[in-house]
Amino acid sequence: MTTGQQPRTYPFGEADRLRLHPTYAELRRSEPVTRVRLPHGGDGWLATRYTDVRTVLSDPRFSRAATVGADVPRTTPLVSRDTNILTMDPPDHTRLRKLVAKAFTARRTEMLRPRAEKIVGDLLDAVEAQGPPVDLIEALALPLPITLICEMLGVPVEDRVDFRRWSDKALALTAFAPEEIVAAVEDLRDYIAGLVAQRREHPTDDVLGTLVQARDEGDRLTEAELVNFGVTLLVAGHETTANQIGNFVYTLLTEPEHLAALRTTPDLVPAAVEELLRIVPLGGAAGFARIATEDVEIGGVTVPAGDAVLVSMPSANRDDAVFTHPELIDFRRETNPHIAFGHGVHHCVGAQLARMELQVALSALLQRFPALELAAPVEEIVFKKGRLVRGLASLPVRW
Amino acid sequence: MPWRIDVDRETCVGSGMCTAIASNRFVLVADRARAVDATVEPDEAVLDAAESCPMEAIVVRDEAGRVLAPER
Repeated sequence: MTTGQQPRTYPFGEADRLRLHPTYAELRRSEPVTRVRLPHGGDGWLATRYTDVRTVLSDPRFSRAATVGADVPRTTPLVSRDTNILTMDPPDHTRLRKLVAKAFTARRTEMLRPRAEKIVGDLLDAVEAQGPPVDLIEALALPLPITLICEMLGVPVEDRVDFRRWSDKALALTAFAPEEIVAAVEDLRDYIAGLVAQRREHPTDDVLGTLVQARDEGDRLTEAELVNFGVTLLVAGHETTANQIGNFVYTLLTEPEHLAALRTTPDLVPAAVEELLRIVPLGGAAGFARIATEDVEIGGVTVPAGDAVLVSMPSANRDDAVFTHPELIDFRRETNPHIAFGHGVHHCVGAQLARMELQVALSALLQRFPALELAAPVEEIVFKKGRLVRGLASLPVRW
Repeated sequence: MPWRIDVDRETCVGSGMCTAIASNRFVLVADRARAVDATVEPDEAVLDAAESCPMEAIVVRDEAGRVLAPER
């Protein structure tokens, strides 16, 4: 359908706050799988409809492993050479994922809820003591997920200044020079390797300790897989949730009607978290390309073997074939099968943890500060730029 | 010695984990997983699916009713 046409330039523009570029809606209507040209790695396909996105994410004919070391379409100059859980296909992916899946189940995560409530309670005590205005990113959004993932993995929370700095760079696309990004990932690896070495001296029963045991006693993963897994869990375990806590609070404070609904009906918080997961696009643009391992028909086109495919999960989450009035926030949707956490084997291992953290953070915040509001005009609230995920540089609030 | 697969569709969140790991054993129906056949011949992929489910919504038992996966 696009044969002979120029591919569209992608991304469609710099991520604009939490807005989704209108081109996605156009494409869902008329060109659900379209050719795109990226700043690096050339051309690929972009899927925008819910059903096609889910297919690309879960059909084994689309490979993540085939992108390792390959010049695939992407928004960063760097070619990813890392083999980690995000760039593996089954059965290797399954082998690694099973090692940590237990620690992140809904049941285990629910057991951490009281601890999350305590952490948030203490953080909000400090907010109250400090008095307005307070930056909620530093005061709540970052420390909650950092503290929890550190405790789960067995990473000393006192080291956060270091690994925060590295992590921030590791998730940059253009915000830092390529060599700085590479160096930050190397620093993270060295750091985790140090913690791994400690566990060989003194075994622990945290997630890192479990992985060390799986390597040393069961030979179930390689040393590089072990270290990279630790890095991925630490980075993905806090950057995403931290940014979404800020993004969700920002959304609520700029949408008074929905904020009011949550204040009068606190029981709506879990449904509100699901709806905000659906509507708030975390990723700045589609990334994590997949390579078709054979010719695949999808969305009315044939993707030839060897071609790269990108998917937009935020676009899928606004597909009117699945969601009624998809552009509207509605905390009372009957069903909400959003794919904010992905779909298929790479479905976010920390999804249940993230849900719980977001629920606890929003509930406690609304309860503690019934008059919470932005402490600056909305146009002065600044989002970070050139990164994989959208998030606020700071979120000044008063009450 | 066939195995029995039970999927708790109330608990399932439709992550697509099982359908991607064992596509011939599980299918999503109305965004919830279901076993293609409730009784199967022993198959490692079914255990992998049960171990990987974030909701622990899949239980695999042997003929004697012993739980093979997930481990608790």
